[in-house]
Amino acid sequence: MQYLERRASMELSPIARWATNLLRIALAVLIPLIAFFILYQGFLFLRAGNASKGTITVIAIVWGVGGVAVLYWVFNWLVEQLPIYWTTRLQPFVFVGPAMAILAWYLFLPTLRTLWISLFSKDGPPGVPLSLLFSSPGEFIALQRAQFVGLGNYVAVFTDRLMREAFRNNIFFWIGIATPLTVIFGLLVAVLADRSKFERFAKAMIFMPMAISFVGAGVIWNFIYEVKPVGSPQIGLLNAIVVGLGGQPQAWPAYTAISPWNNLFLVIIVVWLQTGYAMVLFSAALKGIPEEIIEAARVDGANEIQVFFRIMVPSIRGTIITVTTTVIIFTLKIFDVVWVMTGGQFGTDVIATQFYRQSFIARNSGYGSAIAIVLLIAVIPVMIYNLRRFGEQEAF
Amino acid sequence: MKSSRAQRIRGILLVNGVLLLLVLIWLIPVIGLLVSSFRDRFDIQTSPWWAIFPHRKWEVVEKIDPRAQGVDASGPMTIHGVTATFEELRAGVTTPDGQRLQWIGNRRIGTIEVQDKVWAVNWKFTLDNYKQVLQGKTFVYTREDGTVVNIPGDNFYGALLNSVAVAVPSTLIPILIAAFAAYGFAWMNFPGRRLMFVLVVALLVVPLQIALVPILRDYAALNLNGTFLAIWLAHTGFGLPLATYLLFNYISTLPRETLESAFIDGASHFTVFTRLILPLSVPALASFAIFQFLWVWNDYLVALIFLGGDRNFQVVTMRLAAIVGDRGQDWHLLTAGAFVTMVLPLIVFFSLQRYFVRGLLAGSIKG
Repeated sequence: MQYLERRASMELSPIARWATNLLRIALAVLIPLIAFFILYQGFLFLRAGNASKGTITVIAIVWGVGGVAVLYWVFNWLVEQLPIYWTTRLQPFVFVGPAMAILAWYLFLPTLRTLWISLFSKDGPPGVPLSLLFSSPGEFIALQRAQFVGLGNYVAVFTDRLMREAFRNNIFFWIGIATPLTVIFGLLVAVLADRSKFERFAKAMIFMPMAISFVGAGVIWNFIYEVKPVGSPQIGLLNAIVVGLGGQPQAWPAYTAISPWNNLFLVIIVVWLQTGYAMVLFSAALKGIPEEIIEAARVDGANEIQVFFRIMVPSIRGTIITVTTTVIIFTLKIFDVVWVMTGGQFGTDVIATQFYRQSFIARNSGYGSAIAIVLLIAVIPVMIYNLRRFGEQEAF
Repeated sequence: MKSSRAQRIRGILLVNGVLLLLVLIWLIPVIGLLVSSFRDRFDIQTSPWWAIFPHRKWEVVEKIDPRAQGVDASGPMTIHGVTATFEELRAGVTTPDGQRLQWIGNRRIGTIEVQDKVWAVNWKFTLDNYKQVLQGKTFVYTREDGTVVNIPGDNFYGALLNSVAVAVPSTLIPILIAAFAAYGFAWMNFPGRRLMFVLVVALLVVPLQIALVPILRDYAALNLNGTFLAIWLAHTGFGLPLATYLLFNYISTLPRETLESAFIDGASHFTVFTRLILPLSVPALASFAIFQFLWVWNDYLVALIFLGGDRNFQVVTMRLAAIVGDRGQDWHLLTAGAFVTMVLPLIVFFSLQRYFVRGLLAGSIKG
């Protein structure tokens, strides 16, 4: 097709060729302009928000998804209008460029910016125009210096009492207790389901909490922990059991007398939510173990416990490591459950709730950013491991 | 031989029994929520949800006026053949024939109830909680003592639409962008290709907390805060590394011959991508779509920061968290509200579970 078009244009008179080229250039300018204009109008319409909720929802979806598709189409069309030499060189950037631009804007640059902000006091680096650096560098540096605190925020992060509590909870309760429990329950369910009569049903039910939000799970478990005054009927399951056994009803996650062990009542929620994830991965890995190996071990007289520890666990070691790291990364960033259940009170603060409180409630961005950087540093080993594994791949 | 068979049966029973117990433990929290959401709001507060099962309960069969019996409440009294003090009666005294006597009210003007233990089920179900949560309708209750209570509802319907408006583009936009990028990485050659992909892999595990403060500043400068566009882009940015990585792994393994024959026929990269690669990649696209949809729908932190306090733009998780904060004892709203937020993800989850599992397995390479 394109080839024929080119031939056709070659056979035209020089004036006609100029005219078509001119038309092409005009179109090349016009089509993107029209596209941008329409998209911008859509944006204004959505921001005004005058229409009914349903209409806005539908238009927002069409505008957002359609807009992205249109942008790709327009840019690709533009590049394809160029001589073939330029098309082959530029087209990859039409395909890969937007993704890279968004990654740079949303993840890569923010990492550097957060690092920079974390070196400054409360409001972060002063909003001085960069042009000042060139017109009068001395003044620029003086302004920056007034707010600069160096590693002061980091010193505070590691010495503050609330942060120490957050570190303790993240490391001891979330990584130390929630992670192994998730892995153990996931493995237990995967092994049991594999031999049970209702494998699909059991797995679907254990997996189901994965579809529930942390806020929703918070409500579900708040209802289980609900406390009523002594004497009136307990509507929360846990307190009903406790009272039935002759105990005192308590608001368990907020029960400071047992602090820090009240964290366990939040840990239970996350184990409930995440076991399904571990189970799915373990289940797939267990199905990958050749049946003959297990049968051979049984014939040799190994009992089920030996089969499990001597054959199954070593065979799925890789999966166990993967699941454990994923859950650790996840629990490191744990926020929603704690925020909804206790708001980080009663000794349940974690790094992410501290980050949120410092950055967005206390408006102390320097300190908040330092906390975010600490989170980043904690995942760097995993990042290096991923990169090393990628480096071994042949595809690149 | 026989003993080994008995042993095997015991093993089967043990496996299935333990598993059933675990499934029950996992399900009970959700069942409790679901049952409660259909119960009358006063019932929720005064009796546990498992009262829907048959249980033994004291029921009043007779009321006695202590003054008519001529007893003196300041000392031990004898009623129905039982002698007890006021305090004991207040707590409830069991008679030899299995009835219970209980003093209701204060010492001077109270009555004594004679109660029988009977089987009971509490099966009063209603849709009022859902109406209240969804339509924001104010309900007027008249209590037994004649006082009238106004109970304001909550507008979850608007929040549901917001959640749809946030979640659908936040799922489709990153897929589109990541698919283009994955195709570029897999089938095109350009300078910086390897470095760019290294960046994608490195960003897989970066916690999104790192980006919130700078991005919020950018949005403030661009006047984007509280718009749908802002949150779509944020979810796109945070979901893009995993999306690109997963789709690249899939697209790069598609058979080379199919593409080459298309190029020989004169198709451009764009045509090959839209006509050939996208349809072939549907399983991978679906896996990531479910992943991202559930993540965005259930997200609380990103919405909290970029959609802010404007009630008109709140998504369901924010609405629900707001009720937990303001009206944490209103279980009729909380149970129904929580279930409303869960319905759509649960439907998506159960109907497309196969793809979701596949995505999890492919994504587990990460981290």
